[in-house]
Amino acid sequence: MSFNEDQSARGIIRSAFDRRTLLKTLGVGAVSAAGIPLLAACTGGSGPGGSAAASTSLTFGSGSSDDVPKAAYKAVTDAFTAKTKNVVTTNVVPHNDFQNKISTYLQGSPDDSFTWFAGYRMQYYAGKGLLAPIDDVWETIGANYSDAMKKASTGPDGKMYFVPNYNYPWGFFYRKSVWQEKGYEVPTTFDALTTLCAKMKADGLVPIEFADKDGWPAMGTFDYINMRLNGYQFHMDLTAHKETWDQKKVSDVFDTWKALLPYQNPAALGMTWQDAAINMGKKKSGMYLLGSFVTQQYTDKAILDDIDFFPFPEIAVEGQDAVEAPIDGLLLSKKGGNNQAAKDFMSFMGTPEGQDAYAKVDPSNIATAKGADTSAFSPLTKKCADTIANAKSISQFFDRDALPAMANNVMIPALQAFIKDGTVDVKNMESQAKALYAAQ
Amino acid sequence: MSTPTELSAPAPHGKRAAPASPRRPRKNAGVKRLSTTDKVVLGFMIGIPTLVQLAFVWIPTLLSVLLSFTRWNGLALSDIRAAGLANYSYVFNDSPAFWPAVQHNILWLVFLAVIATPLGLLLAVLLDQQIRGSKIYQSIFFVPVMLSLALVGIIWQLFYQKDNGLLNFLLGTAGTPEAVDWFGDSSVNIWAALIAATWRHAGYVMILYLAGLKGVDASLKEAASLDGANATQTFFRIVFPAMAPINIVIVVITIIESLRAFDVVWVINKGTNGLELISALVISYLIGEGQSIGIGSAFAVILLVISLVPITIYLSRTFRKEKF
Repeated sequence: MSFNEDQSARGIIRSAFDRRTLLKTLGVGAVSAAGIPLLAACTGGSGPGGSAAASTSLTFGSGSSDDVPKAAYKAVTDAFTAKTKNVVTTNVVPHNDFQNKISTYLQGSPDDSFTWFAGYRMQYYAGKGLLAPIDDVWETIGANYSDAMKKASTGPDGKMYFVPNYNYPWGFFYRKSVWQEKGYEVPTTFDALTTLCAKMKADGLVPIEFADKDGWPAMGTFDYINMRLNGYQFHMDLTAHKETWDQKKVSDVFDTWKALLPYQNPAALGMTWQDAAINMGKKKSGMYLLGSFVTQQYTDKAILDDIDFFPFPEIAVEGQDAVEAPIDGLLLSKKGGNNQAAKDFMSFMGTPEGQDAYAKVDPSNIATAKGADTSAFSPLTKKCADTIANAKSISQFFDRDALPAMANNVMIPALQAFIKDGTVDVKNMESQAKALYAAQ
Repeated sequence: MSTPTELSAPAPHGKRAAPASPRRPRKNAGVKRLSTTDKVVLGFMIGIPTLVQLAFVWIPTLLSVLLSFTRWNGLALSDIRAAGLANYSYVFNDSPAFWPAVQHNILWLVFLAVIATPLGLLLAVLLDQQIRGSKIYQSIFFVPVMLSLALVGIIWQLFYQKDNGLLNFLLGTAGTPEAVDWFGDSSVNIWAALIAATWRHAGYVMILYLAGLKGVDASLKEAASLDGANATQTFFRIVFPAMAPINIVIVVITIIESLRAFDVVWVINKGTNGLELISALVISYLIGEGQSIGIGSAFAVILLVISLVPITIYLSRTFRKEKF
């Protein structure tokens, strides 16, 4: 079913979610609604067909259907073909469809190589044996990546599966001019953050811009408080449900959050992240915790140049070591594992050369390979890139690290209820988590 | 919208009745007169729809019921594991959204029955008078029924937006802290959604009743007025009861619409934060990457069971009538 379950498309792809996607998906929604009781049984349908590939050609499935990323991937495949004479057949699928159909796609006749995300969403399919390990590819490209990137590309069995293309950090974004005018300083501790918030509130600003009508943006706040309070590993274990939800560590996250909640935009539940970004653009609010895709909302160059960034302040453990920076990249399907050309393509994506080809067309993201061209970076992008490069661990955002059903069906309602009245039932979250993870 | 199915619901009534009458005089001859070709044609005409029905309705329904007792990740068939009643226990005990969803579906039904459907009837009665431009008004009120979901979403977004929306602008609160957050405030957003649903439902009901009103014999009304009945009496005592077949269709449609209510809340926020509906839950658990098929099927089966109640009542009524 090509349905809009697109809370998944977090991040850059996500950011492109707009009316167009809505139009596309909602039509299907109406049809689905008519057949609700029948839906359970129809998991049929096949992904875009990948024809049998000879050794000098490969098929490439791309969920990057928006104009800019689509053209960017075309630049990569063209550069690859020019270099190796291997022919790449690209199948572009609208990104929501691509994500929603990924299970059937991988079981049907997938392309040799395809675009996907790091995190649980990659590990899950690797664990199910639907992906081909690419340790040999990593032998050639390994030196191009930091340890954090390598960690994010490793499957549950310790083998390598993923080739990172680009990523983007989550953090606080703000308008420099507002801060200069009021004399605010970048907080590095949680206490400094709350003090700053109080000051901003007194100055008549909404201290922290916030939007959660769609449910997913609030996960960023949860993730950061969780990682600063309990550490990166706890975040990974919690999202993998190796740690339970009904423990003090989790309640502490929400308790800590409560100190911040009064400073976050109280209208959050009725707003999309775009609405919130506009508010900050209009200098109505002091800062905004979001992914760097927030800048896409500012078409006015004067505003864009006025945006700055600082990482989430430290709270209890690990300082500011962990950064939330979802990575997009390529995977090799099981079938593609026998195709040397496809492996070469993966290697190519992992070189500065391949990533430059991409970034030249789509400069809004940060290339992940060392040695990629950074000369065209704006100061803000450079800062974002440095933050990621200096991070000891990189998380992928809650809905990429956790079971999608957990993120969409449990976490979103729970966070929205928390934002509404500051209460959360972690026991109930645990019992839901138990049922959902057991079904996988 | 599956309008055609609903509209054709009363059709079998007439269709089945028609061949019955000419056949009665020569009952035995009728069967014999079927040639081989006739039989083959009939076989196809019955067989193909039956197969289609089986393939797209009965088998999936049955599979849904079976899947609701399993845990499955939607990948290999070998991953299906029996779960007993675990999914149902999840729905009833663990899912915080289920009971609010049931309440909202009931609220939806009551609201449509008490507000939207009578409004549609009122519109129909008004437009049935010989007023100028009646056709134009009809089209205007019927437009919402034909609009796509996405358009409906955009239109109501324009009305309900907190800072730039028409409604808050008219209330004079747009941009101020007093502005009502029509979509985000979980105590008002269900009403906002119900208004949007009414806007569609009333137009739908109006068209059906307009057809019904046209079908009422004018001589009945004349007779009533000769007997000294006033307009209200004529309508409630004569016209309304004369539209009985349409009334039943409307009742069924209203119930189905309230069970199926989905589009408006999905456009607003995918059925969370005060807008939970069973159908939205089915979708969120069944579709996409985040699927957990067992639980989604359990939601679907519950919705199916609830839907069976009005359907059974409707069918038993229709069939009972045909006997007499």
